[in-house]
Amino acid sequence: MVEYTPTEMMTVSAARALKNDDVCFVGIGMPSAACNLARLTHAPDITLIYESGTIGTKPDVLPLSIGDGELCETAVNTVAVPEMFRYWLQGGKISVGFLGAAQLDKYGNINTTVIGDYDNPKVRLPGGGGAPEIATSCGEVFLVMKQSKRGFVNKIDFVTSLGHGKGGDDRASYGVDTKGPSRLITDLCIMEPHPVGKQFVVTSIHPGVTREEIIENTGWDVEFADEVAETAIPSEKELQVLRELHARTAKAHGDQQ
Amino acid sequence: MVARFMSLKEAVASCVKDGDTISMEGFTHLIPHAAGHEIIRQGIKDLTLIRMTPDMIYDQLIGAGCAKKLIFSWGGNPGVGSLHRLRDAYEKEWPTKLEIEEHSHAAMANAYDAGAAGLPCAVFKGYRGAELPRVNPNIKFIECPFTGESLAAVPAIRPDVTVVHAQKANKKGDVLFEGIVGVQKEAVLAAKKSIITVEEIVDDFGDISPNAVMLPNWAVTAIVEVPGGAHPSYAQGYYKRDNAFYKAWDPIARDREAFQAWIEEHVINGGPEDFAAKREANKG
Repeated sequence: MVEYTPTEMMTVSAARALKNDDVCFVGIGMPSAACNLARLTHAPDITLIYESGTIGTKPDVLPLSIGDGELCETAVNTVAVPEMFRYWLQGGKISVGFLGAAQLDKYGNINTTVIGDYDNPKVRLPGGGGAPEIATSCGEVFLVMKQSKRGFVNKIDFVTSLGHGKGGDDRASYGVDTKGPSRLITDLCIMEPHPVGKQFVVTSIHPGVTREEIIENTGWDVEFADEVAETAIPSEKELQVLRELHARTAKAHGDQQ
Repeated sequence: MVARFMSLKEAVASCVKDGDTISMEGFTHLIPHAAGHEIIRQGIKDLTLIRMTPDMIYDQLIGAGCAKKLIFSWGGNPGVGSLHRLRDAYEKEWPTKLEIEEHSHAAMANAYDAGAAGLPCAVFKGYRGAELPRVNPNIKFIECPFTGESLAAVPAIRPDVTVVHAQKANKKGDVLFEGIVGVQKEAVLAAKKSIITVEEIVDDFGDISPNAVMLPNWAVTAIVEVPGGAHPSYAQGYYKRDNAFYKAWDPIARDREAFQAWIEEHVINGGPEDFAAKREANKG
């Protein structure tokens, strides 16, 4: 019997969403782990791009920042940041943006700016960084985030980055012609947008997780697809590669003092 | 005017004054920390600080009371957490009130590019469906005169002074950047004056690509040799990012007294010569 944590299940499921021929703009944190796991398992030729300008990077350890030296040393090419955002992202060369969030709603709109009022925030978060344009310029967007009532809310406090807006074809009304969030991977399940309404619908539940757990950890009324799959458990290889990646990363980031 | 070689003290004293708009760039890589310390030591006030990712360097300047405004697009300690001095200034006005103007990375990158290009504003496909335009009056939308498409516009960035760090300058004062080059070139070309700290000054660059990112000496104001001057950021080819110190910064910055003690010990009683040892310690 293979043992794994809910976070490992989430990272493995997120990695599986990526294809070998994807060109992926990688957010830091959970997306970075998932994207590199994909590259080290089923998608060896995937092009990973970090907003520091590194294109086709193959880091041996996960970077602490989006500009760690190893990203550049192992990249096919490193370009200036204006070129990254203008030619590669805005120019429509990137197939998938992989993002996390502090808060999101059922349409995949993301908040990474403030909790509370913008001028008098309860919590001031780091801000949008590259996300507002990653969310609209990449061919599609995958979201990865641990599920909780605090994070999965009915109404986000600030729309840092557009998902499906108010649902339906609202996204297109902003002049955005990319697909937007097409998959949300959590530690409990996988959700995909309803084909018409665009609200997230649970399409796959991780093994051992109940529908009640998903409902309890979501701030909106959860919808389940007519046929809900059970997510395949992580394989021994997926877990081994992921754990080795994390072990190398911990060693590299702790060793330098 | 050809670049002049100076001491860091002289460069900051002659280029930076109270109330200036200043950009200190470096996208994780080549962040000019030694120059930031010199600005704190000289007690320069009321600065408008511009930087895409105001990480530890601006946490220090803000906590030390040098800034009145921050223009930025992502304010955190990457992979670690909040910038506690930035938050304390913004939320509690300690040590002084801090105004913020917030953008996205794409907006700032385009605004630097526009500044370097001599344009009044940057135009790009951005902020679509996003809420920052509601709270930042410096984000507007214009219509493309040819297609009618709605495009975001932000003012060009035109700093009084840009400060960056690079690997090398040659004896004539030309500057070479390698690795993650961020927006350094654009930030220098957009500014009225520039200070560039470098790891070393060499006779010539040797066998480099004709396309290597380089600023000719006539495009730069001051050059200062500060080995290790980017620490705890890094200079590719010289030393690695001191990720352990970025983590160690969190508890220091979290506490006002711990922060002040750190600034007193390492900045007020320190100097640019202290950075060389950091370079040695982070080789590898």
